[in-house]
Amino acid sequence: MLEYFVQQLINGLTLGSIYGLIAIGYTMVYGIIGMINFAHGDIFMVGSFIALATFLILTSVFGFVFLPVVLLIVLIIAMLFTSAWGWTVERFAYRPLRGSFRLAPLITAIGMSIVLQNFVQVTQGARVKPLPPQIQGGVTLMEGSTENGTILVQLSYMQMIIIFTTLVLMAGFTLLISRTSLGRAQRACEQDRKMAALLGVNVDRTISLTFVMGAALAAVAGLMFLLLYGVIDFYIGFLAGVKAFTAAVLGGIGSLPGAMLGGLAIGLIEVFWSAYFTVEYKDVAAFSILAIVLIFLPSGLLGKPEVEKV
Amino acid sequence: MATRSVPLSSARDDDRLANSLRDAAIAALMVFALGFFFLGVRTDIAPGGLALTFRWGLLFSAVAIVFAGRLLLNLFVFKTSTPVTSRLADTFSGAGSSFAGLGKWLARALLIFAIVLPFFFTYFFPSKDRQYIDLAILIMTYIMLGWGLNIVVGLAGLLDLGYVAFYAVGAYSFALLAQNFGFGFWMALPLAGLLAAFWGVILGFPVLRLRGDYLAIVTLAFGEIIRVVLLNWYEFTNGPDGISGIPRPTLFGLEFSRGEGGFADFFGIPYDSIHRFIYLYYIIFVLAIITNLVTIRLRKLPVGRAWEALREDEIACRSLGINTTNTKLTAFSIGAMFGGFAGSFFATRQGFISPESFTFLESAIILAIVVLGGLGSQIGVVIASVVMIGGIEMLRNLGFLQHVFGDGFDPTQYRMLIFGLAMVLIMVWRPRGLITTREPTAVLKEKKRIGADMVAQGEGH
Repeated sequence: MLEYFVQQLINGLTLGSIYGLIAIGYTMVYGIIGMINFAHGDIFMVGSFIALATFLILTSVFGFVFLPVVLLIVLIIAMLFTSAWGWTVERFAYRPLRGSFRLAPLITAIGMSIVLQNFVQVTQGARVKPLPPQIQGGVTLMEGSTENGTILVQLSYMQMIIIFTTLVLMAGFTLLISRTSLGRAQRACEQDRKMAALLGVNVDRTISLTFVMGAALAAVAGLMFLLLYGVIDFYIGFLAGVKAFTAAVLGGIGSLPGAMLGGLAIGLIEVFWSAYFTVEYKDVAAFSILAIVLIFLPSGLLGKPEVEKV
Repeated sequence: MATRSVPLSSARDDDRLANSLRDAAIAALMVFALGFFFLGVRTDIAPGGLALTFRWGLLFSAVAIVFAGRLLLNLFVFKTSTPVTSRLADTFSGAGSSFAGLGKWLARALLIFAIVLPFFFTYFFPSKDRQYIDLAILIMTYIMLGWGLNIVVGLAGLLDLGYVAFYAVGAYSFALLAQNFGFGFWMALPLAGLLAAFWGVILGFPVLRLRGDYLAIVTLAFGEIIRVVLLNWYEFTNGPDGISGIPRPTLFGLEFSRGEGGFADFFGIPYDSIHRFIYLYYIIFVLAIITNLVTIRLRKLPVGRAWEALREDEIACRSLGINTTNTKLTAFSIGAMFGGFAGSFFATRQGFISPESFTFLESAIILAIVVLGGLGSQIGVVIASVVMIGGIEMLRNLGFLQHVFGDGFDPTQYRMLIFGLAMVLIMVWRPRGLITTREPTAVLKEKKRIGADMVAQGEGH
């Protein structure tokens, strides 16, 4: 059953790319201010709602029909407006608590997550929003025959777009962190915030921009989720958020390549578990992996072990 | 001199007005950007796909309200152009620390009120007594859960985001024991507590090495695993359909039912359904008080002191020869046990349970109560429960708002939205919780109150 395996591998990589994009937001924020941004999953949900609304406005009000241009505009608008949400959440709920004890921002993050979910539910309704598949077709990679008939391994255009976009964004992002002055400021804040501030880095601005970047990537993930599954509702953020956080921890929190790797791993585990075991317990699989990794490999796959100073 | 100072100050006023206007305009612009896709546009399922509705009125009134509100706040309250949120923390920090002196008297007054509460409501609000006593039962359940979680988070400093798992274990233990073996509430209660404590040890054991946020996320994962298993193990738990027909508690074998052999019949008083509510209230009241007393006693025992020492500094603990494994496990299992008691009370009160009742949101609410109350503070938990749970339930009764906003307005929809906002605002206002001073448990010579910022809290060190 090589064909089946390859097909699941492709599906897993697609799902994993989405998780990876969300996971980057978690890992960056954790790296720089050491908090779990619990509302990040809901920022992803907000992003997918913005993408949906933009798509409908472009197609039904302005009558755009050429799909690549529409999707590009949707992508840009979703990234911009979701960033505004990310910035606002940080400004409103986390910045006043900077320097306070560590549980405080965690509680406001949970509060913000409740706020975002219910805000979207109140303004957009609780029912799911279906969007018919926009990008259809694909290429057949392999063809095999079994006793039940032939089995095709398909790589759909949608999956290609997702994997390709993720790769491009990751490359751009790595450049941003390693080559630009903003990236340098971020790494400096990550190592020692007080020292960075003394050396003239605008710490507040750097942290805000970290949230903005995380939210922009979450918006991309939101758009992809919308196009891939075609159904969104106000609650998708929680599960996707927890899994993406699992991915970030699995890869080693604070490490960007780790987040991507963790995302892919979680996506693959989930898809293979559903394919070869049971669909019902796929979330249990993801959560169990999280627990097992943390217990036996607390710093993750690519993370640096924490040095404890007394 | 006087003539020169006038234009100067008015120039400063102009400046301030301009700054305030600019700040308000920026805020309004932000609201426009944030609200455009949510307030301004609504997508709905329509025949042939999704339909768009534009709600410009809503969007622009939101923008106008924010602009006006922000401007007025800047001009008259904060008298500055700096943002409201960062000012809020400064303005209020330190205020209201006189709470603590009142603490003892407040606690006594609340205790007395809690004892007479059912009679108070049946006497003064006979038409609405059922509703109020039911609300009191709900609040009391959260107080008990808060006290239980306070042992884990407030005393031992282990951040637990999956506390609802033990609540679920307690509820399902009782429901399944009743369904399969015909156990009554009082027989099942200790067993439910034991089983929950057992699960506390099982889940606590693997996570002993973790600290802080990692511990939080693993406990969250465990909470979700238990919920997913309850949802999918259909043969055992009846899955999403839940378990119904859970027996009501009896008073020494007397049932609270109409007719022969019931409570009312035995005592020769007319039957009233309120009796059962009063009885349920006293059960949870006694359970909660037991939780509180046990916690207070434990804090004076070596194990309680070890918890607090663990919270402050794990390495120092270890070098002083405290067995951190046992210390953490006892905190986990005792906290879990009280969660289990509360769970089986929940099952008997509802008569029906399903995995729906044990979502992450419940854990978040319980944790929020503990943190908002002030970690480690018993009276804080009470205040936070009354404010948060009573607050959400009160929002159900805002029917009059329908007259203001029209018939389409349903205030219950906004409950959780307001709850979330309140959580954020209270936290920003008082990051250390409502009660911020501590009585030290171990003292040398004299007792001194210490500020909460001297205490390490729930960071899992």
